[in-house]
Amino acid sequence: MSVKTLSNTALDLSTLSVREVNRILHAAEDGAFTVLHPNGAHALACGLNAPIDVSIQGHAGYYCAGMNKAASVTIDGTAGTGLAENIMSGTVRVTGDASQSAGASGHGGLVVIEGDASARCGISMKGVDIVVGGSVGHMSAFMAQSGILAVLGDAGEALGDSIYEAHLYVRGKVAGLGADCVEKEMRPEHIAELRALLDRAGYPDVDATTFRRYGSARTLYHFHVDNVGTY
Amino acid sequence: MCGIVGLYLKSENLSDDLGRLTALMLHEMRGRGPDSAGFAVYGTPEKGSKLVLLSETDSVDWTSIGKRLEAAQGASVEIAPIANHAVLRTEGDGQAARDWLIANAPEVTVLSVGQSIELFKGIGDPDLVAERFDLAGRSGTHAIAHTRMATESAVTTAGSHPFSTGADTCLVHNGSLSNHNGLRRRLEKSGERFQTENDSEVAAGYLAARMRMGDTLSEAVEAALKDLDGFYTFAIGTAQGFAVVRDPIACKPAVMAETDDWVAMSSEFRAIAKLPGVEHARIWEPKPSEIYSWSRSA
Repeated sequence: MSVKTLSNTALDLSTLSVREVNRILHAAEDGAFTVLHPNGAHALACGLNAPIDVSIQGHAGYYCAGMNKAASVTIDGTAGTGLAENIMSGTVRVTGDASQSAGASGHGGLVVIEGDASARCGISMKGVDIVVGGSVGHMSAFMAQSGILAVLGDAGEALGDSIYEAHLYVRGKVAGLGADCVEKEMRPEHIAELRALLDRAGYPDVDATTFRRYGSARTLYHFHVDNVGTY
Repeated sequence: MCGIVGLYLKSENLSDDLGRLTALMLHEMRGRGPDSAGFAVYGTPEKGSKLVLLSETDSVDWTSIGKRLEAAQGASVEIAPIANHAVLRTEGDGQAARDWLIANAPEVTVLSVGQSIELFKGIGDPDLVAERFDLAGRSGTHAIAHTRMATESAVTTAGSHPFSTGADTCLVHNGSLSNHNGLRRRLEKSGERFQTENDSEVAAGYLAARMRMGDTLSEAVEAALKDLDGFYTFAIGTAQGFAVVRDPIACKPAVMAETDDWVAMSSEFRAIAKLPGVEHARIWEPKPSEIYSWSRSA
């Protein structure tokens, strides 16, 4: 059986192991796959490297769609810790909530969480774009380096702590900003950037002008001559 | 690491399945804690007091311990061994029996005391521990269980979870506490008796002491959020209730689910995935410092 010909293939985790499912997905160069009965299994659809479509029907465990490249993975349910960790490109979407560290250290691509994301969403993000339909927990975008985090709901404590150059947009309340994270002016280029992202993420009706922008005050990572005696 | 599961039944439909379902959940958490395991099941309250005892020596004479306690208490005692545990029933005061056993029978550890709780634990594969003490065959209203990967104290049966120091109260813990030594000394001064060096036993003792002074379960947990320093996800059982709380930065994982029939919590969703009706459950991650509790009126 050539994996290239597989299309709309159902992969049932009640009969296949996670390794077997991942092996089939890794071998495919295109096509669409449905993963059934995930039941919270870890490391589903990790390390994909081709433009395939994967639909996970149910709740996923830790590190789902980690290191994703080119593939489009949708979880029809909730996702555990580390959703789309280190994503390089492609799209990972979860229709429910995601647990901690969603999109952690992602280099590119798009992560959409239609429900809430808990703590540390977008921690150390390095170019991934993340859109959260609900709210994010504490320490989100911690040490975020680049990319965009857009939150349609609220953000928890210490948003953007020690942030570098990522762009943060929050529509609701922010419980508190982390060290060196400040509110910034929402200029036309930011509205345009957010508008394009919301469209890409499937939120065409959400008004980009209702968000506030947060980013780095740039006092932590630039050397300041007053500190010369400290070192 | 460590794995936690808790199952609280909201209706009686599933009470005969409580142990079986808890065993299925525990099985899924084996990988998080292969060192040892334990469980507490809350069954129908009995008239007298029920204590579960553990002996880690081979030569324990349960009958003689029962007779000595009977003489000391002036109340009848029945004792039924099960593996290296024994279930002791007495018409006398349960807490006084616990104190007497701790003071006078150093070869045993008192795992639990109360009217509805029974608590068992052991070293090794969690499935074998569940099998040894027939978890799957037990019925009741709620249960909590734990698989342990030890960090703060040695891998011993007594150091396995759950921990219980007060009547019908027990706790399982994923995490580690940093101020347990100071807290243990403080609680010992006010009369709490501890049987291990374990940090989680201090948390159990703290809650039991607060509730003995009149706190509700929620009030005791609220106070614990201020007084306990460290990482924790706790699942707590009382005669009537069940509670879950995570530390203020949510260091340790937890997921919860609720249907009309049950409330469940676990370290990972795959344990909850085994429960009947889970496809219609509301599923959420408990927020840091927020107390989630359920109870039935006494």
